[in-house]
Amino acid sequence: MIRLAGLVSITLITACSATTEVSDVPELAAEDIVSASVFLNSETRALQEDTFANPGYLWVDRGEALFSQPPAAGPACITCHEKGLRGVAATYPAYDENIGQVLNLEGRINQCRVTQQSEPAWTFESDELLSITAYVANQSLGEPISVDVNGPARAVYEVGRDYFQTRRGQFNLSCQQCHTENWGKRLRGDTLSQGHGNGFPAYRLEWESLGSLHRRLRDCDTGVRAEPLPYGDPLYVALELYLAERSKGISIETPGIRR
Amino acid sequence: MTRSTSLNVNRRDVLTLGTGAVLIAASPLRGHAEQVDLEQARRELFGTRPVTEGRVRLKLPPIAENGYSVPLSVEVDSPMTEQDYVKRIAILSPRNPLPLISQFYFSPGSGRAKVDARIRMSGTQSIQAIAEMSDGSLWSGSRETVVTLAACVVL
Amino acid sequence: MTSIRLAVPETAIAGEIIEVKALIRHPMESGHRRGSRGEVIERDIITRFECLYLGEQVFAADFHPGIAANPLLTFYVRASRSGDLEFTWTDQHGAIWSEASSLTVS
Ligand code: HEC
Ligand code: HEC
Repeated sequence: MIRLAGLVSITLITACSATTEVSDVPELAAEDIVSASVFLNSETRALQEDTFANPGYLWVDRGEALFSQPPAAGPACITCHEKGLRGVAATYPAYDENIGQVLNLEGRINQCRVTQQSEPAWTFESDELLSITAYVANQSLGEPISVDVNGPARAVYEVGRDYFQTRRGQFNLSCQQCHTENWGKRLRGDTLSQGHGNGFPAYRLEWESLGSLHRRLRDCDTGVRAEPLPYGDPLYVALELYLAERSKGISIETPGIRR
Repeated sequence: MTRSTSLNVNRRDVLTLGTGAVLIAASPLRGHAEQVDLEQARRELFGTRPVTEGRVRLKLPPIAENGYSVPLSVEVDSPMTEQDYVKRIAILSPRNPLPLISQFYFSPGSGRAKVDARIRMSGTQSIQAIAEMSDGSLWSGSRETVVTLAACVVL
Repeated sequence: MTSIRLAVPETAIAGEIIEVKALIRHPMESGHRRGSRGEVIERDIITRFECLYLGEQVFAADFHPGIAANPLLTFYVRASRSGDLEFTWTDQHGAIWSEASSLTVS
């Protein structure tokens, strides 16, 4: 059985024809914010919580090994980060003063890779970058997400928010419509979550592998028949910053298990 | 800028959300096994010896979120002594492209004829487990699982 | 790049039945899927798992494409004497991955 999308016939009831102020756009109420893991069935949630059997830990283990392995040209990560990086992932994406840019965790790790280790950056979604990102994020397991969107990061945050609220693709749907206005509803045997990034890199059963948040974002863009952005694209990093600010209070679950 | 307050999506239209890429990347190569394939696989493994229902406790969730990784647990009542033990358990599917999913081999040294694994399922079906005892007798158990996200694309 | 995770107790009393968990990273590519250009993705699976205790096989499994990616097994071993538990996974091409742990029995 191959699933085929039928004719596009999406009924959207437009509330008002006049231009809407951004401030009118509904936001998640603070008391409603929940991780996507609450929508998993009990077997899948148990797998996420099982720190032995959760297959995402196969990548975390490799990341841990990479962290203490000196590369050809420079010192190992652990040489400079002796105490590890507990809590760091919960503060990313973050503005990096040295390069004047907002970096996500992958970008920050690659920054050290290039400037501190004199090694070429790892490519996005490579086994190495996924593994080490999973390892670093896992050190913040249970830490509440708390990013800084003031100061120089503000403009980037706003770009991310615009991306989130803009309709796109053949289905002409925005992230906002699915994840802010319709979370909790069923969609093709799945339940729409609020679209947080707190489980990533996550092991999706459908991927049969660990994958980055950008891979998930590409799946969502592809899902509405929009052209997905390349991995690591600054627009996705901006979106990631918006998502993180929107997730304030929920905690890191990496490696999450998702459908 | 227009803004929607209500989203009314025809279910079929959004069927491939999140799977868009997978749909292309993983379309199935062949159809499903039929009950007859299962019977044939069973004959190849155990000949025409009779199989009695019982002694095999097969556990699978009644509803699986998708068919990529469904937890399976099987246990056979047996003292697991040199004189009386479970030699092997075969796991069979009436609906996957290949009916034989796995075979597990035990010995008295196993102590307990129980194993947990994770399997792929191409849709709702009744998985069967057949156990062969050291005296050559065959026992079976089965369990029906509803797969919400049909996972034909899995296999 | 493969990683393996084992959960095996280090000690047991004689006669005790211990629980063993073994997880290995492997795509278990079924050979039943097509790639983005319509090409068949070749089968690439682990076909055999064995657990030896004191040099003798106590548990084994044959895998087919119906076993999920990154296979995880939980099974049991009756502790008799102190010694090694050896675990091996073999793929369809004959490549072997192995890992061992030692059990002290009192
Ligand atoms: C030669 C020393 C050195 C090496 C090697 C190194 N780093 Fe760093 N790293 C630093 C310094 C210095 C900082 C900046 C510290 C600060 O901003 O407080 C930093 C910052 C970071 C941060 C951001 C911390 C924060 O609080 O925002 C992360 C994440 C990080 N490094 C990961 C890694 C990883 C992963 C590796 C190995 C691939 C690595 N580093 C290798 C020196 C190093
Ligand atoms: C038509 C509905 C739809 C749209 C539009 C959509 N998504 Fe999703 N999204 C889903 C579905 C379905 C899932 C998988 C189930 C879930 O977690 O909601 C998902 C999952 C996610 C997740 C993973 C949540 C988790 O913890 O696993 C994130 C993050 C996400 N979406 C962000 C976005 C962003 C950002 C956009 C806009 C670029 C977007 N989505 C657009 C339907 C949608």
